[in-house]
Amino acid sequence: MPISEILLAGASERDLTKLEEYHMVGGYAQLARARELEPAAILAELDASNLRGRGGAFFATGKKAGFIPRDSPKPKYLTVNADESEPGTFKDREIMLRVPHRVIEGSLITAHAIEARHVFIYIRGEYLTEFEVLRAALDEAREAELLGGVTLVLHRGAGAYICGEETGLLESLEGKRGQPRAKPPYPAITGLYGAPTLINNVETMATVPKIMELGGEEYAKLGTPDSTGTRVFSLSGNVVRGGNYELPNGTTLRELIYDIGGGVPDGRELKAIIPGGSSVQILTADQVDTPLSYDAMREAGSSVGSGAIIVIDDRACIVQLGLRVAQFYMHESCGKCTPCREGTRWMVQLLHRIEDGDAEEDELDLLLDVCDRILGHCLCPLGDAAAMPIASYVDKFRDEFREHVRAGRCPYGGESSLERVFAPVDQHRGHPTVEVAT
Amino acid sequence: MIDEIRRVAEQYPVARSAILPALRIAQERHGGWLPPEAFEEVGEALDLTPAYCKAVASFYDMFHLEPVGRHLVELCTNVSCALVGAQQVLEAFEEELGVRPGETTEDGAVTLRTIECAGGCGWGTVVVVDHRYREPVRAEDVPGIVQELRDAD
Repeated sequence: MPISEILLAGASERDLTKLEEYHMVGGYAQLARARELEPAAILAELDASNLRGRGGAFFATGKKAGFIPRDSPKPKYLTVNADESEPGTFKDREIMLRVPHRVIEGSLITAHAIEARHVFIYIRGEYLTEFEVLRAALDEAREAELLGGVTLVLHRGAGAYICGEETGLLESLEGKRGQPRAKPPYPAITGLYGAPTLINNVETMATVPKIMELGGEEYAKLGTPDSTGTRVFSLSGNVVRGGNYELPNGTTLRELIYDIGGGVPDGRELKAIIPGGSSVQILTADQVDTPLSYDAMREAGSSVGSGAIIVIDDRACIVQLGLRVAQFYMHESCGKCTPCREGTRWMVQLLHRIEDGDAEEDELDLLLDVCDRILGHCLCPLGDAAAMPIASYVDKFRDEFREHVRAGRCPYGGESSLERVFAPVDQHRGHPTVEVAT
Repeated sequence: MIDEIRRVAEQYPVARSAILPALRIAQERHGGWLPPEAFEEVGEALDLTPAYCKAVASFYDMFHLEPVGRHLVELCTNVSCALVGAQQVLEAFEEELGVRPGETTEDGAVTLRTIECAGGCGWGTVVVVDHRYREPVRAEDVPGIVQELRDAD
């Protein structure tokens, strides 16, 4: 039988939050073995596995670890990004809740690979239960003397999407507002406290022990050549069985949404799919056979991102979807770069006008123009993450946007599933989102 | 409290890194929000100015710069939850509590807020009650949750 589970292997049969149980499935054996190996040998396994970062950027994990200078006189740091907050994504949470020791073991192996003595796990502040589970696992590992002289600190965030961006995370961890830094220098050279720092996602770290166990080449046989291995995909929205599912990369959206997720409920029609968290371009229903792999999603004009699939049925108004997504990025913009800070607000204002039926036809192009003036003009990808999806909604559902303009009102007539959704920005004073500056 | 913060700070190579845990400790100590004196205390413990501490606190959504109720009800209205009826759940809370999002009930018992994606998207609507996730919550579950909070108050 082919291997289908890597990350969550054993977690259905045993309570792997307990060290004793984790030992029963070979837990920490790979850490012991890795510590006998030269760091370069571990990097070679990671390279052979072609593991690519699961936070959403898909950068080769072994290559990134290789950027850490071996001869640096400064301490080296490993920072694990557990600040999961991309809308639609809840897989790191599942991994931390069910296999916390695998996260710790993978982190310790990776720390050894870059010769780091300090590991920080930056976990989003809202994840209190997950923090407690991870802390209990860490206490057990420390008690069992598995840390091997490494200092591992669990650091809780406090509610800021931008701290999932690697340099925003470092600023936050240094005790500042989490505003991203200019790159270069890259964190591998000048990261935490100005020292070489490797930043990896929770899921990436939790994959490492199994790569060591199977061998990189064997791991690379899973999934597709460009997207090896498995991922925990987060399925949500208008689908019968939402949840996290670990599947090989290359599984199609149709298999996930229909065979596993039970399809669209209430006899509704599939309208659109967001395949990689709210930052990526939308797909239309006819693209449901696209595989969840890096290359295939690129060809389809989107991205597999954080592995979060949001299913949207025919009750949803796409303009309202755009408005809600734009409100999120406006709320989360750190304010450092003007195109993002101002542009996300303009997007919200224009989308309000379109939804309310107050916009002229040329405002659709104005909206695309605003997106274009954000794209690639900021220090970090947050602005791009707002511009790319919104532009894709206009491109792919232009007729629906036009219908709002022509009719002077929302064609859903108050019946859209996203009607009047009250966004957090609306409850903040000093956030006038409706008026357009003249 | 200052000693407690300094103990937390010992985990970090640089004490300033402890500002988020420090602000969290101060917020818990001050009834769920950060009054001006909290910034003086955190600043003293970490050798930072109160203004710096407030500047950091104001960046993060989980720090409250104004008083909040004894209980906090936070409801996700991001896309996945919105698609499956978050707005109806929110309206049920508004009706049951008699407040709008961002407001606190007159008796000071409950603050209602909407929040961005809480990371429970497959089990929407996600409602976070006093920092613990309830998922999924439907509009018909709301009276029970509010009653539970009133009983616990």
